[in-house]
Amino acid sequence: MRRIYLDHAATTPVDPRVAEAMAAVYRDAPGNPSSIHDEGRQARALMDTARERVAAAIGAEPSEIVFTSGGTEADNLAVRGTVAALRHKGDHVVTTAIEHHAVLDTVSELEREQNVRLTVLPVDRYGRVDPEDVREAITARTVLVSVMHANNEIGTIEPIAEIGRICRERNVVFHSDAVQTVGALEVDVRRLPVDLLSLNAHKFYGPKGVGALYVRKGTPFARIQTGGGQERDRRAGTENVAGIVAMGAALEIATRERAIESPRLARLRDLLLSGVRDAIDDVVVNGHPTERLPNNASLCVRGVQGESLIVALDLAGIAASSGAACTTGSLEPSHVLLAIGLSRELAQGSLRLTLGRATTDEDVDVVLGELPRIVSRLRAASPVA
Amino acid sequence: MYSDVVVEHFTNPRNIGVVENADGRGQDSNPVCGDFTRITVRLADGKVAEAKFKTFGCSAAIASASMVTTLAVGKSIDHASRISAQDVLAALGGLPLVKEGCALMAAGALRSAIADAKVRAG
Ligand code: FES
Repeated sequence: MRRIYLDHAATTPVDPRVAEAMAAVYRDAPGNPSSIHDEGRQARALMDTARERVAAAIGAEPSEIVFTSGGTEADNLAVRGTVAALRHKGDHVVTTAIEHHAVLDTVSELEREQNVRLTVLPVDRYGRVDPEDVREAITARTVLVSVMHANNEIGTIEPIAEIGRICRERNVVFHSDAVQTVGALEVDVRRLPVDLLSLNAHKFYGPKGVGALYVRKGTPFARIQTGGGQERDRRAGTENVAGIVAMGAALEIATRERAIESPRLARLRDLLLSGVRDAIDDVVVNGHPTERLPNNASLCVRGVQGESLIVALDLAGIAASSGAACTTGSLEPSHVLLAIGLSRELAQGSLRLTLGRATTDEDVDVVLGELPRIVSRLRAASPVA
Repeated sequence: MYSDVVVEHFTNPRNIGVVENADGRGQDSNPVCGDFTRITVRLADGKVAEAKFKTFGCSAAIASASMVTTLAVGKSIDHASRISAQDVLAALGGLPLVKEGCALMAAGALRSAIADAKVRAG
């Protein structure tokens, strides 16, 4: 059976050009970039080029890029690093109810274990944070504001430019988890007042296990991992050279193709959403109607539980997800859907379809053929609908 | 992730619906997710003559409800009221650990439907 993969927010397949660049490093560049011999210098040069590419894609200086093992480590480094560096100045962190667990669980651990004070801001029914809430939450003790660029479940884009300006005025460090946006939207730190920005290669057709944290020059920062002095002493550990090279290649390709690819995805996503609305009663589309990621369709189907929907789609050859991939092992409804005000029951019926480079009009047609059938079958067995 | 039996009972569930003029109605929920199953039964000649289910729940919950009603129909009332989550799991060829509560819910709903029928019968 031909599979249709619609879970690009969870991870994207590696671009074949990127896989080739990665294989070439494993094949031809065996050195450790910290070594001074020829092999080491060669690995260093490859990494430098990748660093320049990643920096260029977001308008940063190469020295402002710290490679990590992925988005989760970048978020941890941003939050823990800033709190540690500014502990003498304050102890208050502001974030939102819809952040990724990599931020939310990190700040709540700091609250529990290091007496950090925490303000978790609510969002409106579209999942947007009000910048004025950020302004009001900031106190003299605030050391960090962390607001994601776009939400991974419902696709809503947050007003981070405004929030960043408020943080600037109040001289507070601003971190944004941009894992879902870099590669899909324009993200330029010359115009965007962010101090720290998390990136993740496998969201833009690079490999899993490599990401980066952008650290604006002059931002107070402490490392959280001890060992060697790699990444200008900001992240100890031998660098994932092949992964970093692949990340550079992947981001360069994504940036180049974005102007065509993002509108193409938005068109397919809109076709999908209007088809779903026409064919299925009682569906709620989550997220902001316009301020949203081009490839994200997030729905709640009344009367149907999300996992059963995902399994039925999977059996029909369609890979989708219900909320975030990372929490699919748990039975709890998504914290994001609860934060936008959905009832537990409706939140239980969530379905996230995220499109990507391989998605075609025909794929959308297949989904629009299968999904209504599956929903009516499941509703027949449901006590709710 | 799931056995063939689970997939079969999820894609083609047996005994969906509500028994008309049911002798007993039962419900149970999974406390972890809040999902629930309702089962209705009709008893005749000391046996479960009919058992139907409605489930708001995951694929494992639907397969479990389908299986538990299948196991119950034709059994003596006494026997049917002793069908356990273990019996459902065994008949389904097992479920992942996090899904065992979903089978527990199906068994609980059947037990409560039969208990309800007993109460009504006096
Ligand atoms: S019944 Fe809720 S997850 Fe199975």
